Amino acid sequence: MQAETKTELSPGLLEFIRQWKDKPGNLIMVLHRVQQEYRYVPRDVAFQVAALLEVPLAKIYGVITFYHLFKLKQPGRHVIAVCMGTACYLKGGEDLIRELETLIGAGVNTVSPDGEFSVEVVRCLGCCGLAPVLTIDGEVFGNLTKAQLPDVLAKYQGKQLAAATA
Amino acid sequence: MAFKHYVMVCGGEGCESKHALAVHDALLKEVREQGVENEVQVLKTGGFGFCGDCPAVQVLPDQTLYVGVQPGDAAAIVTQHLKQGRPVARLVFDAAKNAKMFPADVPVGHQKQLRIVLRNCGVIDPEKIGDYLARDGYAALEKALFKMKPEDVIEELKKAGLRGRGGGGYPTWQKWLFTKKVASEQKYIICNADEGDPGAYMDRSTLEGDPHSILEAMTIAGYTVGASQGYIYIRAEYPLAISRLNLAIAQARELGLLGKGILGSGFDFDIELRLGAGAFVCGEETALITSIEGNRGMPSPRPPYPAVRGLWEKPTVINNVETWAAIPVILLKGGEWFGKIGTATSKGTKVFALTGKVNNCGLIEVPMGITLREIIYEIGGGMLKGKAFKAVQTGGPSGGVITQDYLDMPIDYEALAQLGSIMGSGGMIVMDEDDCMVDVSKFYLDFTVDESCGKCAPCRIGGRTLYNLVDKISKGKGSLNDIEQIRDIGLAMRKASLCGLGQTAPNPAISTLKYFEAEYLAHINDKKCPAGKCRDLLTFFILPEKCIGCTLCARRCPVNCIAGERRAVHTIDAAKCIKCGECYQVCKFGAVERT
Repeated sequence: MQAETKTELSPGLLEFIRQWKDKPGNLIMVLHRVQQEYRYVPRDVAFQVAALLEVPLAKIYGVITFYHLFKLKQPGRHVIAVCMGTACYLKGGEDLIRELETLIGAGVNTVSPDGEFSVEVVRCLGCCGLAPVLTIDGEVFGNLTKAQLPDVLAKYQGKQLAAATA
Repeated sequence: MAFKHYVMVCGGEGCESKHALAVHDALLKEVREQGVENEVQVLKTGGFGFCGDCPAVQVLPDQTLYVGVQPGDAAAIVTQHLKQGRPVARLVFDAAKNAKMFPADVPVGHQKQLRIVLRNCGVIDPEKIGDYLARDGYAALEKALFKMKPEDVIEELKKAGLRGRGGGGYPTWQKWLFTKKVASEQKYIICNADEGDPGAYMDRSTLEGDPHSILEAMTIAGYTVGASQGYIYIRAEYPLAISRLNLAIAQARELGLLGKGILGSGFDFDIELRLGAGAFVCGEETALITSIEGNRGMPSPRPPYPAVRGLWEKPTVINNVETWAAIPVILLKGGEWFGKIGTATSKGTKVFALTGKVNNCGLIEVPMGITLREIIYEIGGGMLKGKAFKAVQTGGPSGGVITQDYLDMPIDYEALAQLGSIMGSGGMIVMDEDDCMVDVSKFYLDFTVDESCGKCAPCRIGGRTLYNLVDKISKGKGSLNDIEQIRDIGLAMRKASLCGLGQTAPNPAISTLKYFEAEYLAHINDKKCPAGKCRDLLTFFILPEKCIGCTLCARRCPVNCIAGERRAVHTIDAAKCIKCGECYQVCKFGAVERT
């Protein structure tokens, strides 16, 4: 089986796969490394990982689709993760999601039409004292209100992604 | 003491996110520039457990606590406080308001808290092994290796009466004994750091604030049961904890505290990290094990228990972070000492993540047997905005609610189970009069439906059906028959689901139904949500006698459904209203009413 286009895997990724190849239970660690590079698991990379690790492609897709953190689609340039842990939910996490939908036109698990932002829900970031919380590209914004959102988003709008975030 | 002052900057996840590092660097720079670097040491520590108003900074020896510190405040702290001895009043933590929040190592109200698991959090620099060693770090390992036989270690844990802190409450010594007894060339030790319960973050704080305590305890377990390899299975969502653990492992290897021939003994042990990938069910031990093996994290039936057949079919000891963190202290101070703390069946302390509608949110460690009233009103400083207490939720999506009537009951594993909740991993979410119990139940069901792995039918189908029923009720379309169905399906799921996730998934619904049936009935019979939370049942209207016609609500309404001239009474067009609540929130005259 061959995928349509072939992405050249970086030396760092290949080295990582080589190091982990013979360790049992390596698949999840390798997929994390792949996502660190591409921010999702591109189809042809999955093909190559299957060949390198000598595991069936079906197993790779089985694992990707089971775990929330693994993505099959390219996310927006900036990833907004809204915490929906209990504390954030009680303190208005849902309002933030609704407001984001109005502001950028992207609901949960979708990318905004301009490809700038994607919105996802996370289950508790573990900073409940700051509820409600969301992160953009890993930066935490706590005690947020709907009214603050436009300003927070403006910081990222049109800005190049500084570094690939896991 | 070589230094006159020590300035400790909290470096937990919450603080880190609010630029604690910048504060640390600014203080360091200021200390140098003002020429007091020989008198003042600036340190970065793990989380103080005080998360509502960060970043937090503490100055020793006078133990002044600053909160909400900005890098720009560094100059004032150094000039006024460290040089002139006058604390910067505007930043000082309001001790009167928050009397008992602060941990025992610090004097601000320590009566109620007792720190065993969190003994080093906020006290040492978690990135320096020397700090841990200075606080008796690895002394328990040394004691175990050279002065105790494996049986002695188990005996000590038995005397301590330590039970699993991940939620199950199974006696730790028994798990270890089972694994020890099985003859096998290879055995494994696992630390369950897959803290998925929304609203709980004690494991994250422990790992970030005191990573070596986990490594030490796992090594002791390896020695006790005869295992040479350990794994820490940690959520990928905790990058700071991951990097500190990796650093700690490298430091321990360098000093011969991990690896071959630990401390010159003949015992070998090593630890590796394995990352989770966002699946709540992987907190269940059999699912966690299969996830470490690189598979979809689906649970399998027990027995066989992991103690006998676990990771790669080998006997495996698996304990939760909080359980591990208590073990070195137990070995050093003795099981009897630990056994004296707590209640008849539950010994020692428990860490809770106190969040929700209380004044002081944060991590607390209290002796078992404390009452909820003490936690909420004394440590937590009472209800936020003076609202009425309604319930406290423990055990997350597997737990239930506890009401006003039981606030004075001493809490331990059995007491909470008796009330229809569970100890769980220690999330404690306080809810007030504005929180609707039907909505809360829907929230948790949404969570468990989403996280169900789909392997067994009771959980997969039962969970979805429960969600649909509660959803229907929340929209005012429920019938009395639905309540019966919730109870029946809940019972079936409890009895027939494969793992803990499915067995406990109905708990939030059953428990809210038990204590707040009237609220469900109001949704069904009167089509009203008494707490004013369920959107579909709300109507907004303007009280003519209170409206002064300021037009604010009309300007803010996103769908322009409010009409009215300036200085004339406004009206809401109910047909167009999307019930967003904006008008209710913005009205300064209390003229917008909702029912």
